[in-house]
Amino acid sequence: MDTTHTEVEIEVDGRAFRVPADATVAAVLLDLGVGAFRRSVTGEPRLPLCGMGTCQECRVTIDGVAHRRACMTPVRAGMKVSTDG
Amino acid sequence: MGRPDAIVVGGGIIGAACAYELARAGMRVLVLDAACVGGGTTAAGMGHVVVMDDSEAQFALSAYSTRLWHELEPELPRAAEVDRCGTLWVAEDDEQLEALHAKHAYYLARGVEAEVVDGADVARLEPNLRAPLAGGLRVPGDRVVYPPYVARWLVDRARDLGATVREGCAAERLEDRAVVAGGERLEADVVIDAAGVAAARLIPDLPIVPRKGHLAITDRYPGFCRHQLVELGYHKSAHTMTSESVAFNVQPRATGQLLIGSSRELVGWDASPNRSILQRMLRRAMEFMPGLARLTVIRTWVGFRPATPDKLPLIGRWPALEGVWVAAGHEGLGITTSLGTARLLADQILGREPAVDPAPFRPDRVFAPHE
Repeated sequence: MDTTHTEVEIEVDGRAFRVPADATVAAVLLDLGVGAFRRSVTGEPRLPLCGMGTCQECRVTIDGVAHRRACMTPVRAGMKVSTDG
Repeated sequence: MGRPDAIVVGGGIIGAACAYELARAGMRVLVLDAACVGGGTTAAGMGHVVVMDDSEAQFALSAYSTRLWHELEPELPRAAEVDRCGTLWVAEDDEQLEALHAKHAYYLARGVEAEVVDGADVARLEPNLRAPLAGGLRVPGDRVVYPPYVARWLVDRARDLGATVREGCAAERLEDRAVVAGGERLEADVVIDAAGVAAARLIPDLPIVPRKGHLAITDRYPGFCRHQLVELGYHKSAHTMTSESVAFNVQPRATGQLLIGSSRELVGWDASPNRSILQRMLRRAMEFMPGLARLTVIRTWVGFRPATPDKLPLIGRWPALEGVWVAAGHEGLGITTSLGTARLLADQILGREPAVDPAPFRPDRVFAPHE
């Protein structure tokens, strides 16, 4: 990762991470090795598919709001992301 | 199947309930639907089982029907999504609060359980409502169901009792003790026009017009609200025949989704979504629940309510044709009143004593002038 990036601190499932300030939530979660962004109605793990806002597979809970598309959401300092949705 | 005893035209929730009721009484029933069971207005209803009080007749039928829903509840499978959430009517100001107290007194005097809660309790019961609201009226006996499934279930129960169902079979016209459908003349002693918003196509003298409505449904946000929420001003929107109106009406679904209504328009059969009224409807919802603005709507759709000039359905014999009966024109209350309608109609067909006075619902009644 380019170390000249400005970094911000966000929280993912209760743990703090420093991440590039210009990344999307989806990029950050993949980089952190998150294995499931959410669970389907029948409990199957889900990960981003299209990466461009269409497929809805990458939904996570951001600052308490469920079903935010991680691939369309830039990170922000202090953001709290949860993958238990 | 040989000659049926009864033919029900229309497999919406009204026709489905009629088929179930007549089959239970031992009649051989044939159900015809132009498309599929529960796929018309029934699929565009919120499924709110609610006691209403705009008129004594409306109260009588909706309260009776709600009792019948309570009786049916133990039999309905999980897929019917029966939610015992009750209704919370919310008042915005002192004037509405006064109306809320009047509504409370009306229900109590007629044996319907209801309780007035103050603004702080409204905020406690429904934290996502804007605060402060003036107060609320909680009606715990009201329910939410999933109407297309219930229509299918009722038809299936009728089928268990020997009924036959033909989907994709459009009735062309009614005659004395007969339906002409698909080029065939089908005879029965009892013919019921339960074609909802299309009922007037079969009996052109029926005063039913399509009253368009929009619905929006969100993604899953379990716990966002716990009651069917309706603004007290809903009556004004629903029960005056203005050309266009919206009202705050939000409901929690079993899936965790939120179903958002409601709008009313008199624009004929134009089924295209109207962005401007949809926007007004969603804005109204967000005025009451600001947090909705952060949620995702995944689908919007429209439907047509079968509206009559005096806001009461048409239930009973149609005197111009022998053996022809009507169960149609339920506007936006057809899910609630389906069970009561079917029982009331069956009582008249079978010569039983009806529990509700049928007079206000006679299809050939003389209508009061439009409001």
